[in-house]
Amino acid sequence: MVAISKIATGNGHGEDSSYFDGWKAYETNPFHPIDRPDGVIQMGLAENQLCFNFIKKWVMEHPEASLCSAEGVNKFKETALFQDYHGMPEFREAVAKFMGKVRGGRVKFDPDRIVMSGGATGAHEMVAFCLADPGEAFLVPTPYYPGFDRDLRWRTGVELVPVVCESSNNFKITRAALEAAYEKAKEANLRVKGLLITNPSNPLGTILDRDTLKGIVKFINEKNIHLIGDEIYAATVFMEPEFVSISEIIEEVECNRDLIHIVYSLSKDMGFPGFRVGIIYSYNDAVVSCARKMSSFGLVSSQTQHLIATMLSDDDFVDSFIVESKEQLLERHKYFTLSLSQVGIGSLKSNAGLFIWMDLRKLLKEKTFDAEMALWRVIINEVKLNVSPGSSFHCDEPGWFRVCFANMDANTMEVALLRITTFMHKHNEAMVPRKLCRRASLKLSLSRRRDDFMSQNMMSPHSPIPQSPLVRART
Amino acid sequence: MVSMSKIATGNGHGENSPYFDGWKAYETNPFHPIDRPDGVIQMGLAENQLCFEFIKKWLMEHPEASLCTAEGVNRFKETALFQDYHGMPKFRQAIAKFMGKVRGDRVKFDPDRIVMSGGATGAHEMVAFCLADPGEALLVPTPYYPGFDRDLRWRTGVELVPVICESSHNFQITRTAMEAAYGKAQEANLKVKGLLITNPSNPLGTIMDRETLKSIVQFINEKNIHLIGDEIYAATVFKDPEFVSISEVIQEVECNHDLIHIVYSLSKDMGFPGFRVGIVYSYNDAVVNCARKMSSYGLVSSQTQHLIATMLNDDDFVHNFIMESKEQLFKRHKYFTWSLSQVGIGSLKSNGGLFIWMDLRKLLKEKTFDAEMDLWRVIINEVKLNVSPGSSFHCHEPGWFRVCFANMEDNTMEVALSRIRNFILKNNESIVPRKLCRRSSLKLSLSRSLSRRMDDFMSPAGIMSPHSPLPQSPLVRART
Repeated sequence: MVAISKIATGNGHGEDSSYFDGWKAYETNPFHPIDRPDGVIQMGLAENQLCFNFIKKWVMEHPEASLCSAEGVNKFKETALFQDYHGMPEFREAVAKFMGKVRGGRVKFDPDRIVMSGGATGAHEMVAFCLADPGEAFLVPTPYYPGFDRDLRWRTGVELVPVVCESSNNFKITRAALEAAYEKAKEANLRVKGLLITNPSNPLGTILDRDTLKGIVKFINEKNIHLIGDEIYAATVFMEPEFVSISEIIEEVECNRDLIHIVYSLSKDMGFPGFRVGIIYSYNDAVVSCARKMSSFGLVSSQTQHLIATMLSDDDFVDSFIVESKEQLLERHKYFTLSLSQVGIGSLKSNAGLFIWMDLRKLLKEKTFDAEMALWRVIINEVKLNVSPGSSFHCDEPGWFRVCFANMDANTMEVALLRITTFMHKHNEAMVPRKLCRRASLKLSLSRRRDDFMSQNMMSPHSPIPQSPLVRART
Repeated sequence: MVSMSKIATGNGHGENSPYFDGWKAYETNPFHPIDRPDGVIQMGLAENQLCFEFIKKWLMEHPEASLCTAEGVNRFKETALFQDYHGMPKFRQAIAKFMGKVRGDRVKFDPDRIVMSGGATGAHEMVAFCLADPGEALLVPTPYYPGFDRDLRWRTGVELVPVICESSHNFQITRTAMEAAYGKAQEANLKVKGLLITNPSNPLGTIMDRETLKSIVQFINEKNIHLIGDEIYAATVFKDPEFVSISEVIQEVECNHDLIHIVYSLSKDMGFPGFRVGIVYSYNDAVVNCARKMSSYGLVSSQTQHLIATMLNDDDFVHNFIMESKEQLFKRHKYFTWSLSQVGIGSLKSNGGLFIWMDLRKLLKEKTFDAEMDLWRVIINEVKLNVSPGSSFHCHEPGWFRVCFANMEDNTMEVALSRIRNFILKNNESIVPRKLCRRSSLKLSLSRSLSRRMDDFMSPAGIMSPHSPLPQSPLVRART
């Protein structure tokens, strides 16, 4: 018997959760328009695929961004040798500038506070290592990204305590919820070191309003605990109200800046998860210093630093990209939510992110997480869509599902919507939304094409139609 | 008072060592042939800069290796989106193939055992997290790379116990030394989980012979502890004897393969430290599995995976690169060690690595580490070379210095050598190597022979052994 570590033999990697069953179903039978038209469509992966043609065009026009082109090869050697954990100055400047532009130029970021990490995954782990000892805790509002359980806890030994947010007030983070969580930690003898918020939210797709943010900043100052703001979806805010960053709030209220840290990445805003561009931005000098040393364990490839520096230093590109990306997301989001509402499926009103927080509470056989799992299996196995059940996000109430809409082309979106409408239709023979009754044939109205859509008056895409079909989930 | 973690406020990052003083001296006044000809020459950084022309030529001929050229841009999207911690199959295949070729195809590596990490730095930390709990220990032969203190211990809480190797045995790892270290760990109540060897060795530049490797494999099997082989310098073995990898030895002796793990990277063999291509190769399925999940914290950029996959899947390029690299290293090593021996400076006989283990014991005022530090400060401040003192590698005996020779151009090498010569000359008026006495004028002969250009050097005139100091080495007193 060969002994390895406890970390290695335990479950801290988080992959034993039933959450991964959907992934397995997808992987065994992934949708392909030609090869596998009946395969499972992936709607569980929050990727941003909407702007690649825009980016490719820029890439073709800027051969100097590559180390392998005639224009760039003279930088190959110095770049291949560059392993300084401070990171390339031009890279840090470009990322700082980008972060500022994404916030409408309302704040400026200091390139010297930019620290690299192995994606946002590495950034979160690194922040936990810097701020908390094993056995200490972070508060995290629910529902939250499942990866946090692994990233913040696995190798660090740090604990997470949920700040329970409820659908009754649209999952807002209330002072009461924060205090309750803090107390719970105390009762469990856990020393709270910080609060981690994700804004814009994953999985909700909502942004925190100014008052909530101020309330949060006040709370952490009172408790003298750190505030970590994961702003990885900052550029995906496609509609009013405008995004408000922690970096703006701390200019407006009293705050000990040594408590403030931002985690960022290009994985969502730009669609570059493969490039592993993770960023920690801290207002605390000691944290910057420590994180920088730790970044040796996950520096950004200098080849990628060079590409990103060139790309994000191009002001015209950045300005146009941010606008283009919002437009694409808005269009996609609008169409998707409208189409869902046409068959009586509602979602939390949102203006950001690469997903919607779909409300299927009415489809549950009973208000339990078992019923949620049962419904989920129906969605995967019969409707053939991989969506993510709310329980995997530690949602306190069953019946919510996160559904990604930006990780596929328009045709695949149509297929997904068709499957949903067919499924709902099959369960809806008896109940029909009054508005749609006016048309000659129910089927006809539901297959309205996307182009028709753009020209019509649209109902609010966010709230379910009053006469929602009551569908029973089949187990 | 804002509270951070103990890890953050402690010294585990290792940067408070006096070792970094040389770096600071270099950074304040770095050598540049035109702008700062009196600056400090960096000989403390083990980089491989000798093959970039060769590589650049390949790049220009293979635009498909880039995601940004007309030939490659159609892969941009799928690559930018690819974040699977298994890594690109073609990347793993290319690395496995490269590792095999570097070992003369005497072993085959399985692409499915290739796991990515954030450089070798990330690989070492990851292996420690997989194999040991906080408070447990790994044995490490001295002298060893100073980065291990941070990489293996800082965030993991794992301890390191030195296996003391002595100059009297040319720093070879003996059974006795391993047993002694194991015993010491036990006395300190530390549970030993593994042994980490670096082969070829940093800082020695030597390789382990087959017998030593077999004895090491035997030892770890007896103790049922892991063996981690850092083979990051595998392709830098520029001369016989041939490199023997752990992967070969375990085919030849009885061994529980679940105990065997290799750490690799392209930072030294190819000269790509900036690209952060770290690799963990384990024969233990559970470790591969766990490491793969952990690799999320330090995956190789998919842009870089694509470049490396294209490059290393080109068999002709790989074959020629390995040969070219060895030739360049061989030439540079030979010239450097020979030039040093001409002024009575010897080094450990070596055939691998990007550095030599220079023997300056005779220059110490006294056999202490304080004297070594004094000598070092003289070398930095007066000779204006940043070299690395043996104490920073936990060498048990003072007087040894690691000097890198592959991280600079020929011209800079000449400047460095001329500074060394001048320094020794200044300190050596009365003592002269007998061989050189035969010439008419000491200064003339010394300067004539010492200023022999690299091209002269390469001509077939008999060359003395570049490795051992001349019998009548100048006795130079370090000035404090």
